[in-house]
Amino acid sequence: MVVEPVTFTSVRAVPKRRRPLREWLSGILPQLVLAPSLLASFIYVFVFCGWTIWISVSNSSLLPDYSWSGFHHYVELWGNERWRIAYTNLFLFGSLYVVGATTIGLLLAILIDQRIRAEALWRTIYLYPLAISFIVTGTVWRWLLNPSTGVESLIRHWGWTSFKFDWLVNREMAIYTVVIIGIWQASGFVMALFLAGLRSVDPDLIKAAQIDGASMPRIYRRIILPAIGPIFVAVLVVLLQSAIKIFDLVVALTAGGPGIATTVPSIYVYDLIFQRGQMAEGAAAAMMILFVLSFVLVPYTIWSNWRLRREASRG
Amino acid sequence: MADTTAYDPLGAVGTWRRRQAKLIIYALLGLFALYYVVPLAVVVINSFRSLPDISHNGLISLPHSFSLDYWSSAWSKFCVGGTCNGIQPFFFNSVAMVVPATVISTAIGSLNGYVLSKWRFTGSETLFGLMTLGVFMPGQMVLLPWARVLGWLGLTNTIGGLVLIHCVQGLSFTTLFCRNYYVNIPDDLVKAARIDGAGFWRIFRKIVLPLSPPILIVTVIWQFTNIWNEFLFAVIFSSGTNQPITAALIALGTADTGVHQYGIESAAVLIAALPPLLVYLFGGRYFLRGLTQGALK
Repeated sequence: MVVEPVTFTSVRAVPKRRRPLREWLSGILPQLVLAPSLLASFIYVFVFCGWTIWISVSNSSLLPDYSWSGFHHYVELWGNERWRIAYTNLFLFGSLYVVGATTIGLLLAILIDQRIRAEALWRTIYLYPLAISFIVTGTVWRWLLNPSTGVESLIRHWGWTSFKFDWLVNREMAIYTVVIIGIWQASGFVMALFLAGLRSVDPDLIKAAQIDGASMPRIYRRIILPAIGPIFVAVLVVLLQSAIKIFDLVVALTAGGPGIATTVPSIYVYDLIFQRGQMAEGAAAAMMILFVLSFVLVPYTIWSNWRLRREASRG
Repeated sequence: MADTTAYDPLGAVGTWRRRQAKLIIYALLGLFALYYVVPLAVVVINSFRSLPDISHNGLISLPHSFSLDYWSSAWSKFCVGGTCNGIQPFFFNSVAMVVPATVISTAIGSLNGYVLSKWRFTGSETLFGLMTLGVFMPGQMVLLPWARVLGWLGLTNTIGGLVLIHCVQGLSFTTLFCRNYYVNIPDDLVKAARIDGAGFWRIFRKIVLPLSPPILIVTVIWQFTNIWNEFLFAVIFSSGTNQPITAALIALGTADTGVHQYGIESAAVLIAALPPLLVYLFGGRYFLRGLTQGALK
């Protein structure tokens, strides 16, 4: 970075007049600059959140009605089978997606770390899905996974006429297609995070282990992977977060179908509020999303603060 | 990586086994590359294939025909939601939304980052923490309040409304990025300038801004791709001819009346993907940096 030499040719020689208001204003200028954003953030995070909470315990249905109604919308929500399917799907999708994307991402990072040729090209290929909207990729994948147009018809065309791959339209299996596409989209990013981590490990440590005759798998297991522990946490948090918020991908791929087989909480919220006019229950469902999210974010925040403090105390 | 001191993970292994290992590595890499590239390849190829070719040889096939018609009709002729101007008006809706939202949120984020790193005051760290909370906010929690607020402001179903939403939502990211970058500008530089009588704006213009391009590029790329690809707010807070391209695409994809226009759909999907894809290809380094910073804070 080139720092431009800072010259202050215009140091004022003019005698200062006292302007208390102006001086006071320039004293709090930083705060003034920050104030609008602060207000917007405060409204966005706290007022909007509180508002939604209030709606969830009010009598709102098609239109908002702020009279107190109690917690029965939460009870109704949990009594609803569709919501329970959505919630189960979230856990099913979330766990497979996190495990799958982490495994593939780590594998790719390790492979790329073996001093391969055209590294940038490989990286570009693995990462590009992340730049494109789920709406776009979902459309393409819908064609590929649809039995009548995609992989199934291709392989039957090749001669294996009894081949069957109908997960997308199969109630039992449709959620796994969402997992496949989710992993496709996220694993490149996981790879990038891990690759950065692998490259930050002290090479002397590895050389020393090699001289001692340790095999490469062993070096990875015992030295490199433990050294990038914090990256695992970051990957986990990022993936869990995006799993909990997942919406676009499911809308584009299955729209929650077939039937309600791939409904997830975010789609359920959207349906309740904007399609069925059950505002209060929709708000309650949104609260549940926040609730699950907090199980990821609160421990993470505590952990990262603890790490910061530990590092600070070590100097 | 041009790191000459990097270790060679396979250095200790003999040549024969080494070659074998390399072979396995490239085979695995290639296999995975197939998984990533096939969807894009299919859609690119299909956007140039004629409909008879597709219906005869299937969706996944090498081209037996070539036509540019689908691109032009996807761009300006195809009917989406009652109007027959192709994807073009929605594309420009997205442009009209992305450009102001990106510029405004980046500018504000840069100023916020400057204040929060170089003009700290009592409680400013807490305020910074508060502002970054917005990063985690699930969209579903703010849908109803936004619907109300947009109504009050008269911005329901306008591009302006979406710009507002993306500015407020993006604020937490842009502030986070810029603040974490500006923290690394030596305080002494700012102190010296202050002693010399430079004020708030002058220091920003003469010291901070000239050092900012790397982080501003990261922030702009991040905001641009996120806002361009955003779907939830787009589909809820806009309708008809005011929709950004992501919302319009869903209407196009789900309107399965009669013959499926694979060629047009492919071209439309590619047109929608092109701007962020170009940004990714040309600004990949910055794109990645934004991602990692957004992830690791």
